[in-house]
Amino acid sequence: MTPGKSGARYLGHGLPYTGIEDLKGTLITIEGTDGVGRTTQVALLKEWLEVQGYGVIETGWTRSELMSETIGAAKAGHNLDRLTFTLLYATDFADRLEKIVLPALRSGFVVLADRYVFTAFARSIVRGADPAWIRSVFGFALVPDLTLYLKIDADTLVPRILRTRGIDYWEAGMDMHLGTDLYESFRKYQWRLIREYNRMAREFSFVTVDATLGIEEIQARIRRPVQALLEDRRMRALSTSLDRLRPLLFEAEDDDTAESGAPSAAGAGSASVSEPADLPARAARAPGRD
Amino acid sequence: MSRSSRSPRRGKLIVVEGIDGSGKSTQIKLLHKWLEARGHRVVFTEWNSSDLVRQATKRGKKKNLLTPTTFSLLHATDFADRLTYRIIPYLKAGTTVLADRYIYTAFARDISRGVDPRWARDLYSFAMKPDAAFYFRVPIDVAVDRIIGARAKIKFYEAGMDLGLSPDAVESFRLFQGRVIEEYDRMTDEFGFRVIDGTRSIDSQQQQVRSIVARLYNDTGLAEAS
Repeated sequence: MTPGKSGARYLGHGLPYTGIEDLKGTLITIEGTDGVGRTTQVALLKEWLEVQGYGVIETGWTRSELMSETIGAAKAGHNLDRLTFTLLYATDFADRLEKIVLPALRSGFVVLADRYVFTAFARSIVRGADPAWIRSVFGFALVPDLTLYLKIDADTLVPRILRTRGIDYWEAGMDMHLGTDLYESFRKYQWRLIREYNRMAREFSFVTVDATLGIEEIQARIRRPVQALLEDRRMRALSTSLDRLRPLLFEAEDDDTAESGAPSAAGAGSASVSEPADLPARAARAPGRD
Repeated sequence: MSRSSRSPRRGKLIVVEGIDGSGKSTQIKLLHKWLEARGHRVVFTEWNSSDLVRQATKRGKKKNLLTPTTFSLLHATDFADRLTYRIIPYLKAGTTVLADRYIYTAFARDISRGVDPRWARDLYSFAMKPDAAFYFRVPIDVAVDRIIGARAKIKFYEAGMDLGLSPDAVESFRLFQGRVIEEYDRMTDEFGFRVIDGTRSIDSQQQQVRSIVARLYNDTGLAEAS
């Protein structure tokens, strides 16, 4: 894709020292509360995309090289207050963004993010953080090309979690002291989180998928918008390539048009003056020239 | 996130700022002694000293994994943890808290590394304003001489070597800390720093600091036997 046309945007103040004009890849994020089936869906989507020939890189919450151990230890100690909680997540997120996501997008990969900034927003806001503050902190994040939201209601979620893996301290929001027993706390905490996700779904234009459906049906519903997005990007990339080729076609008939015509082709032409190594390639592209 | 800035507190929060080699740590130690001698309860807290992110920071620095943003966020996390456990409870209990470096260190360094100044200020908006912020101002050459004289080795991130300003540590230090000084100077009015000339003798600087701190206790009528 042509530099400057990637359409990539930062959520807020951004990273002043990192340009994002050259991002060729696609950032797809999957959001939803704990135990909703995100990870299963990401794995299926990755498989499907790779079969189609897309390069896919996955990134998941708290999996950064820099922070994963620290976050694990801090959670085990149960001594986090909401402020440090948020900042640990932000550090992990920044590390993954700069070391994994941005380089992958620069190389043209599809990046699948299992949870994104919206998870941090929801968790911090239900713990009483100022929404404006948390958004500013994560202002260095990229706006995703697509956010898939697996939506579920707390009443369906609770028995599902109990059946499968059981309740975890943090997933039950036990630090918030919402109730004395784990079950009650989990239900209340998840209800609040889901309410926050639903709010953001409108604000950030999530594509909402009903997570109470079967795994295959959810996957089918996820693939549709993903396919539409990637096809749209492919068409745009194709038309950009055609725009680049056009002056070369003209060049065969009329030298003057070629010189003044397209910036990209003309750029290669002027470079060839000082770099003889470039000449054969250029001659092959425009045989009429010599 | 101004959860604590409005809550009642009796202890004083006094912070010192300045580049490495500005002499601020010497001054805060002398202030600590004096306050204790006068019967104040005092605790001391230092930049980048919480257990929470110690391992991550150490590893990040050792392996040069840090970007300007993760560098900034790790320090913010460290600060938040210390604010919660080492600063706020003490102030509430009426203890004076002395901080060697505060959020202004983050602003000066992080902005010198290229993060957005508005972002950095928002990030730390949960912090309370100190009762006094002393800025020890020294020309870059004085700082370089002091550091080289004292320990002969300049640290990688202190010198801003991560920015690739110069392959030579001393030169990089000079360039990077020069930028940091500019940032401090820019913040002086914005945050009402008490500027102390760090090239003057240690004892005359300390006299100046003490007279300002003495006034701080008298002004509010909360003087604990001064």
